[in-house]
Amino acid sequence: MIYFDHNATTPIAPEVLEAMQPWLSHHYGNPSSVHRAGRLARQAIDAAREQVAALVGGQPADVIFTSGGTEADNLALNAVPVDRAHYLVGSTEHAAVLEAAQARARAGATLQLLPVDNNGLIDEGALDATLAGIDDAANALVSVMWANNETGVIQDVEAVGRVARKHGARMHTDAVQAAGKLSVDFAAMPLDLLSVSAHKLYGPKGVGALLCKRDVELSPLLFGGGHENKRRAGTENLAGIVGFGKAAELAQRDLHARQQHALALRESLELGLANMPNVQIFGQAAARVANTCQFGVRGFHSEALLMELDRRGIAVTSGSACHAGTGEPTHVLLAMGYDSDTAHSAIRVSFGVQNTAAEVETFLQALNEIAGARAPAFAAGLFGG
Amino acid sequence: MIYLDHAATTPVRKEAAEAMALCMTESGHFANPGSDHVPGRQVARIVEQARERFAGLVGAKAEEIVFTSGATESNNMALLGGAAFYANKGKRIALAKTEHKSVLDPCRQLASRGWSLDWLETDASGLIAPDVLAAALKDDTCLASGMLVNNETGVVQNIPALARVCNDKQVLLHVDAAQALGKFRIEARRWDVAMMSFSAHKFGGPKGVGALYLRRKPPVKVQPLMFGGGQERGLRSGTLPVHQIVGMVRAAELAEAEREQVVRHMERLRRRLQDQILTALPQVEVNGADSAQSPHILNLSFHGVDGEALRADLIELAVSSGSACTSDHAESSYVLRALGRENSLADASLRFSFGPLTTAEQIDQAAQRVIASVRRLRGLSPLWQDEAAA
Repeated sequence: MIYFDHNATTPIAPEVLEAMQPWLSHHYGNPSSVHRAGRLARQAIDAAREQVAALVGGQPADVIFTSGGTEADNLALNAVPVDRAHYLVGSTEHAAVLEAAQARARAGATLQLLPVDNNGLIDEGALDATLAGIDDAANALVSVMWANNETGVIQDVEAVGRVARKHGARMHTDAVQAAGKLSVDFAAMPLDLLSVSAHKLYGPKGVGALLCKRDVELSPLLFGGGHENKRRAGTENLAGIVGFGKAAELAQRDLHARQQHALALRESLELGLANMPNVQIFGQAAARVANTCQFGVRGFHSEALLMELDRRGIAVTSGSACHAGTGEPTHVLLAMGYDSDTAHSAIRVSFGVQNTAAEVETFLQALNEIAGARAPAFAAGLFGG
Repeated sequence: MIYLDHAATTPVRKEAAEAMALCMTESGHFANPGSDHVPGRQVARIVEQARERFAGLVGAKAEEIVFTSGATESNNMALLGGAAFYANKGKRIALAKTEHKSVLDPCRQLASRGWSLDWLETDASGLIAPDVLAAALKDDTCLASGMLVNNETGVVQNIPALARVCNDKQVLLHVDAAQALGKFRIEARRWDVAMMSFSAHKFGGPKGVGALYLRRKPPVKVQPLMFGGGQERGLRSGTLPVHQIVGMVRAAELAEAEREQVVRHMERLRRRLQDQILTALPQVEVNGADSAQSPHILNLSFHGVDGEALRADLIELAVSSGSACTSDHAESSYVLRALGRENSLADASLRFSFGPLTTAEQIDQAAQRVIASVRRLRGLSPLWQDEAAA
């Protein structure tokens, strides 16, 4: 099997599993217990808090452990009073931000989607004008993702954050696809809130974090027990958090090597794609995280392509896993101005540390057989324009 | 260290940890169950198999189980989500003050948003009488919440009887069953409760995973707490933590398979500890209900000792003075105070809680340490000497 879907999830690194194992066997205290078993667990969580903070350049006290990126994104939107909130959300955001903002809009908040250009980038000037037109910008929260999960396009969150700051609005960034792929400096940036997820960086599923700067008033999503400095109730996912910490440490240590490895794979992939007719790469003119390439073959519906690739043991996707099986084209490409047929053609390849140049060759060969110049004529033009 | 704090958390069962490891690394089932490719669909099948098995263990159907990050989330989802969905019925919730924090705090949160909380009277042991519940339910009562097994005292509510009262009055009953699995046969459908919360790490599963039962017939709805991705039929978004779910269900299978044997074992341990301490020490109160008691918890209050000194003296004994979730704060057990224990006595209380692997030797050692400690502290206490002299 060739697994090119690391933006959906990554396997847990062997070192991470090793770090987790003691906390799934002989160490098992409840971190809130005052006895020795509990204190050991508390220390392990505090160590992980430092590791995660270090990965994204935050303070350990900023880290709120959550059940994952989705919870972190949902929680971030509670940094402004929900009933009076004015959310300014990028139109290419992950569903965890978009749908959480939509739910709050149904409950009385105001939601405005920020348009993006053909490369998926936010126009800071337009945001500036929008914020200038808002009466109560102190209740405004801007949420723009650092790196897009589908296209890999990197936003200038520093510039966006500066605009938000200028108007006194809060700034959140979903850094789920950026952490471990880019150098992230939460403390130095004009950011108030930042989401990360362990399972996108070779850590376990079911654990993530929201980093939240000290002056932000966050109303919790979950109540009961005062954990995480009263910002997230519930017994901590001990082994998961330890694993997250280890994964963060490895990601920081190996950041450059992982970037270089992924970039080399993507370059050979995109070189191969350039030799195919009717291929377009989305967001190619923008800066992208090194492991991600989203492209489309004109005239090919991604579902037909994915099915063929799947049959050949190649796991890729059209957009996000959270979106799979809906039959809807990805909102990201539509927001970037592509028509529905083009959006329907999207294939996302996302590389990981285990992938090889040989796998890229196999993939290109398969793609050529299915959709290349010598592909059976009947396959072309079945779907879309 | 002798670990007698299984009500706070339990070690992960070996079999559960092994099953989890199969769903983690590159050679295992690591894919995202939301992905529409071969590895993704394989993992999705594992999740659905796990759901079916878990449902079977708690007397439910697979489609009635929503996986969560733990009982705190399940309780919040049931109460905040249920309240949001059914607010038009009335903004009133009935519950007892002996509930877990993760039930009390979301309810207090609702109270700050205009909801009314009706506090249910319990007897001295913490039991809610069905007629007390019936009298407390008003026309505009929307939800009631009760816990199957109290986490501090181990008292067991008569949930089927409470459910009948609620159903008669068309009130949705939520049950916090976090402490119950592995000690009681849980029959969600037969008891006809509306919602029920579970937590894996209380029965040998990993921390950070749980479940919420949502009755299908008649259907119970909640508004989600988390959005985006639409997992769990839109009720709980977020990538499903496959290894966590697998670990929980494997642990639940073991707990249920061994239940009768483990319950007998724990009953013996509980009796043994209680007998030794009560025989050796005067002026010890047992917090619980003889007729309705979970065998895994023994909660004792010691007259004539200072709680803090007692805990400091027993540092090598992993027991608890209340719920772990409140032990961050230097306050005595609100549960025992709600049951009428005065503050200092509530503070001088210890909760011993047992697991399947707890041994009689550990019990004997724990008893000896507690007896020695209480005797020593009472010997130092002028208050106790006055009491003893009087």
